[in-house]
Amino acid sequence: MKKYLSFFRIRFQAGLQYRAAAFAGVATQFAWGFMLILMYRAFYRSGNQAFPMEFHQLSSYIWMQQALLALFMTWFFDGEIFDHITSGSVAYELCRPCELYGMWFVKNMAIRLSRVVLRCIPIFLVAALLPSPLGLTLPASAVHAAMFPFALLLGFLVMVSLSMLVYIGAFYTLSPVGIRIMAGTAMEFLCGGIIPIPFFPQWMQRIMALLPFGSIQNTPFLIYTGVMQPVQALKSMFIQLIWLGILLLIGSLSMRHALKKVVVQGG
Amino acid sequence: MKLYLKYLSMLLKSQMQYRISFLMTVVGQFLVSSSMFLGIWFMFSRFHSVDGFGFSEVLLCFSVILMAFSTAECFVRGFDRFPHLIRTGELDRLLVRPRSVIFQVLTSNVEFSRLGRFAQAVLVLCYALPSSGVIWTWDKILTLIMMLAGGILLFSALFVLYAGISFFTIEGLEFMNIFTDGGREFGSYPLSIYGEGILKFFTYVVPLALVQYYPFLYLTGRSGNALYPFLPLAAGVFIVPCYLFFRLGLKKYQSTGS
Repeated sequence: MKKYLSFFRIRFQAGLQYRAAAFAGVATQFAWGFMLILMYRAFYRSGNQAFPMEFHQLSSYIWMQQALLALFMTWFFDGEIFDHITSGSVAYELCRPCELYGMWFVKNMAIRLSRVVLRCIPIFLVAALLPSPLGLTLPASAVHAAMFPFALLLGFLVMVSLSMLVYIGAFYTLSPVGIRIMAGTAMEFLCGGIIPIPFFPQWMQRIMALLPFGSIQNTPFLIYTGVMQPVQALKSMFIQLIWLGILLLIGSLSMRHALKKVVVQGG
Repeated sequence: MKLYLKYLSMLLKSQMQYRISFLMTVVGQFLVSSSMFLGIWFMFSRFHSVDGFGFSEVLLCFSVILMAFSTAECFVRGFDRFPHLIRTGELDRLLVRPRSVIFQVLTSNVEFSRLGRFAQAVLVLCYALPSSGVIWTWDKILTLIMMLAGGILLFSALFVLYAGISFFTIEGLEFMNIFTDGGREFGSYPLSIYGEGILKFFTYVVPLALVQYYPFLYLTGRSGNALYPFLPLAAGVFIVPCYLFFRLGLKKYQSTGS
């Protein structure tokens, strides 16, 4: 356990070094979020009975999404891990006295978390100060507030375990380029990164609620904004937990399978 | 020009060496813009119209902007990667060669995989052309071509500006993404839906609305102002200050070494 913690710490601290980049990122994400909210406002004007939530809930959702982007960005992968796989230096990684799956898992968590830590606070602060329907509001109730951190953590873990499958896929395809862009794009859409899942057609929402994609950013943000009632929220968190278990299992099994047949060419 | 074509064929050949990877990237690019399209489709199946603009009208906007963006990104990609040239000091090598810097940056990278995006835009345009309810007289066709040409120039100008800024910041300025990627993303909808202030900004500061919103009004018959089809030309002029800024940066350039 201690080994994994120190891997986490190293990667986390390395991620914290890029402060100027984080600052530029904050400004960009803020402008981006603001444009998105203005866009949804136009749709709200044109037909507010078709809107699947209250407008202030949507604003909170967007700000949450922008502030915590690094936790849930599907197109982001650690280039170092792909390099290990394609260049064959995975051999050195295998020499280390700890399990590869766990090690890469914590590294991924660390790099995402370090980005969020640098970026989220200024976005939260400014978004909270914006006038009422456009800004970030407090959680819907105390119950929602209590559930939110757990759902957030679960969603984050599901995200990392899903992206682990893409790394493992690179063992089989060897070139990460294609799989990276395709998986990233498909996942982004299905997770609600382009438009939130409540804006999907009804039939698709029902499917998404059961797939792991709905368990990533959708569940925690809908809990925070109060779109999900507590009973529904408990159910969704249960689904998150199940998916986390399944994905961890598939991940570590397929990793073992990939490593069994991995061939490291010399040089 | 002959030299440019030669460079193009060289770059095409080199990218074709990794054929599977190239194809997958093309397909990936196609998927990226398809997911954008799906997003718009889902929104319209729920709301039917936004500020009086219908689905196929918005698709017209979406496809024109996407075509302009992907063309610009394909050919002016060298400027997009320009911070990299500066950081690695590779620019110094370009400076000692007997051709203009602009030419060499243009030929340093051409991203043919952007064809995937372009193809998607063409498909959407083919759907939107007949279904948008526009009667395609010659002036409407001219407007569409103007929008496209102006858009390509505008996005190219933004890439040049981005490169120019990196002379001073050394690393790429992420904030410029809000105009390039953001312009593509938010330009899918007529810019007026974002409100008066944003429309003014995109008219007078970054003239995206001159390419998109005003000629689009003419195209859909919402405005009869005969000046509107020619506004994209005015937007094209935006490339002049961007170019001058790039020149200024080049003059001030001190190598980063190694």
